[in-house]
Amino acid sequence: MTTFMLSDTTAGKISAQFTHLRHQMGAPAIGMVLTLVVVSEERHQYDALRAATDAAREHPSRIIVVISREADEPIRLDAELRIGESTPGEVVVLRLYGELTQHADSVVSPLLLPDTPVVVWWPGAAPDAPAKDAIGALAQRRITDATGFDHSGVKSLVTRAKGYTPGDTDLAWARLTPWRSLLAAAFDQPVGKVRKGLVEASPGNPSAPLLAAWLSERLGAPIKVADSAGPGLTAVRLQLGEGELAVTRTDSRLATLSRPGQPDRNVALARRQTSELMAEEMRRLDSDEIYEAAVKRFARTYKG
Amino acid sequence: MTEPAAPAEDAVTAAAAVAGTATTAEVLAANPLRDPRDKRLPRVAGPCVMVLFGVTGDLAKRKLLPAIYDLGNRGLLPPGFSLVGFARRDWKDQDFAQLTHDAVKAHARTPFREEVWKQLREGIHFVPGEFSDDGAFDALAMALAEIDETRGTGGNYAFYLSVPPRFFPVVVEQLKRTGLADAPEGSWRRVVIEKPFGHDLRSAHELNEITTSAFPESSIFRIDHYLGKETVQNIMALRFANNLYEPIWNRGYVDHVQITMAEDIGIGGRAGYYDGIGAARDVIQNHLLQLLALVGMEDPTSFDASALRREKEKVLKAVRLPANLGLNTARGQYAAGWQGGEKVVGYLEEEGISSDSTTETYAAIKLEIANRRWAGVPFYLRTGKRLGRRVTEVAVVFQRAPHLPFSKDDTEILGQNALVIRVQPDEGITVRFGSKVPGTAMEVRDVSMDFAYGESFLESSPEAYERLLLDVMIGDPPLFPHQREVELSWKILDPIEEFWATQGQPEPYEAGSWGPPSADAMMARDGRVWRRL
Repeated sequence: MTTFMLSDTTAGKISAQFTHLRHQMGAPAIGMVLTLVVVSEERHQYDALRAATDAAREHPSRIIVVISREADEPIRLDAELRIGESTPGEVVVLRLYGELTQHADSVVSPLLLPDTPVVVWWPGAAPDAPAKDAIGALAQRRITDATGFDHSGVKSLVTRAKGYTPGDTDLAWARLTPWRSLLAAAFDQPVGKVRKGLVEASPGNPSAPLLAAWLSERLGAPIKVADSAGPGLTAVRLQLGEGELAVTRTDSRLATLSRPGQPDRNVALARRQTSELMAEEMRRLDSDEIYEAAVKRFARTYKG
Repeated sequence: MTEPAAPAEDAVTAAAAVAGTATTAEVLAANPLRDPRDKRLPRVAGPCVMVLFGVTGDLAKRKLLPAIYDLGNRGLLPPGFSLVGFARRDWKDQDFAQLTHDAVKAHARTPFREEVWKQLREGIHFVPGEFSDDGAFDALAMALAEIDETRGTGGNYAFYLSVPPRFFPVVVEQLKRTGLADAPEGSWRRVVIEKPFGHDLRSAHELNEITTSAFPESSIFRIDHYLGKETVQNIMALRFANNLYEPIWNRGYVDHVQITMAEDIGIGGRAGYYDGIGAARDVIQNHLLQLLALVGMEDPTSFDASALRREKEKVLKAVRLPANLGLNTARGQYAAGWQGGEKVVGYLEEEGISSDSTTETYAAIKLEIANRRWAGVPFYLRTGKRLGRRVTEVAVVFQRAPHLPFSKDDTEILGQNALVIRVQPDEGITVRFGSKVPGTAMEVRDVSMDFAYGESFLESSPEAYERLLLDVMIGDPPLFPHQREVELSWKILDPIEEFWATQGQPEPYEAGSWGPPSADAMMARDGRVWRRL
């Protein structure tokens, strides 16, 4: 792997350096399929970049990490270029100082791969309306992460619903896919009318209210959220005409599916790494209407 | 703010409408949690049991058992999924579980996770017995009934016959006798068979008679694992989702097509199966003719099974053999030599092969497709063992530019443009075209442009068997050849095999080389050369 540092630089110099490095490595043509822009704080940078690089093995990408540093310093752009073994694509970490922090899009825009999709990901705090953000506006897909909002994750989903534009998604929603998949599989055998239900999760888990909203949207029944000891989501209980359909998971790995008149069955249901969530996000770049319906339903019923 | 998405009822109607001919349409309509717009939810099979005959075979250990685990790891196996092994071993459930565990550890593509194994382990059962033993099959039927009871699998069974075809009649007869082949209302029974689907048209027909005596055609899944490969499915995306290639995908622009499957290995432990069968029956009849069909067919009206199969059948029906088989086919047998730095024995010295065997280990044939699109464009198919390296590809070679405004010297070493679909091992697409060599002179030469879609990412690119096993459990048949395609393929190959049977010993070629001289001579007569792989 080649790492190259540029201090006090410009987007043009970065581009030129990329071209130079690729030629030097003897690999001038790489089949990259998209640009992933990661807008991050310094403290999230390492983990976010790792996840993005792993996801890039499935979706060869140019990864641009944008880190806004001290706004009261003199204007400066520092860049760290990585190309080679860690990823099939290319990575550039940009650090912005001074007034430039307000104009990050002017640096990002010339570095996007031409004529291929752009995905923006905020691993931590995100703008209220991602599509109206200067960098978010460059992208087809805007990924936020409610769990990145430390203690106000659930509340951030209300903001997400208000600022929703087709193309927005949230990793709190992607985390639910194995649960939703298992529940959908359980409903492949007719279960009859669901009267009410309960989603149990560790307190403040933003995925839980989304799951409850999705279930009540689809099943037309009231679904509540209750606190449990965790970790993460621990149970979904649906009250049927007679008996209960339940998926319970206490160890964050193996779940038990129980339904009336049938033996309990164990199903692997492990919590997934951020890289897997990102890979899932980048598989489909069209708008996610099911997420839209769920997050908006949640926002309508939220009484924070 | 836009309106919330359609309520569940509307979505369900939409689901039913979109699902159309899909076998899961009723399931979709009945399931409020599914929605065609919900693309994150993977296709998951319904509750079922897979019964595996031939559990100790190489295929089961290297491919099938690991693929089942990988499906579980991706969350695609239904809750309650059970796996039943049947073999002539004095085994208990735990012995089969141990074999599965070892196979998974050694060959699975996804990382080993204890919880996934636990889920799979709970559903593993073993029934010992001979295929001829009525009692063993009665025991199997009872075991399955019990699994339905304890695991909620609802009487849905897939029988995977990973056994030599000579056992098909007895196994199928047993499944019929015990009533396991008959699906009660509301459940399904499916049978999965592997190649070879016979060794000629007649035997393929007989084999089919046997299978269809117990199972309807719609419940028979013939596995050609090539069709489960991502790149092979990508042939359809490349051709029918783009506007760039289809206009030149015809006799007006294409000079010829080369379809190759080269192996670097010898016959290994497969002497008993391979001798008397040979390269053409082993590979050309199924894999290469299926690739030819996908490359040559017209666009199907949709990607459902019947539409896709219809187009493949049409193109197979249009295949014409050359008038002179002697000049337009080649067959060879590998002799001792050096393969990739190792000294290897010739075919006739392999263990279990008689020293006067006339079985070919290399076969090359020239075919034409008699339709408006392809008339006059030869399709060259070749396959062989102990060749230089392992590679499978389809190369569409284009005609030379009608006029070159360069001097003859400038373009002396410019070849023909080509579009290459690399099937294995390095899945991807290569385009070959002429480019100017940097410098003051106008020198034009061939360069290659590669595209590979993240196939290095193990977690994400499912193995062909995973895809196919999932399709069997879901009941989705487009990637499985229909009996009509099998028979059409034999109709193409039978005259060649009959001709070869009169030709005595195949021409020897040195192991590690690219086949016998007659194969090169066959191309040279047409003024062409095989692509160097």
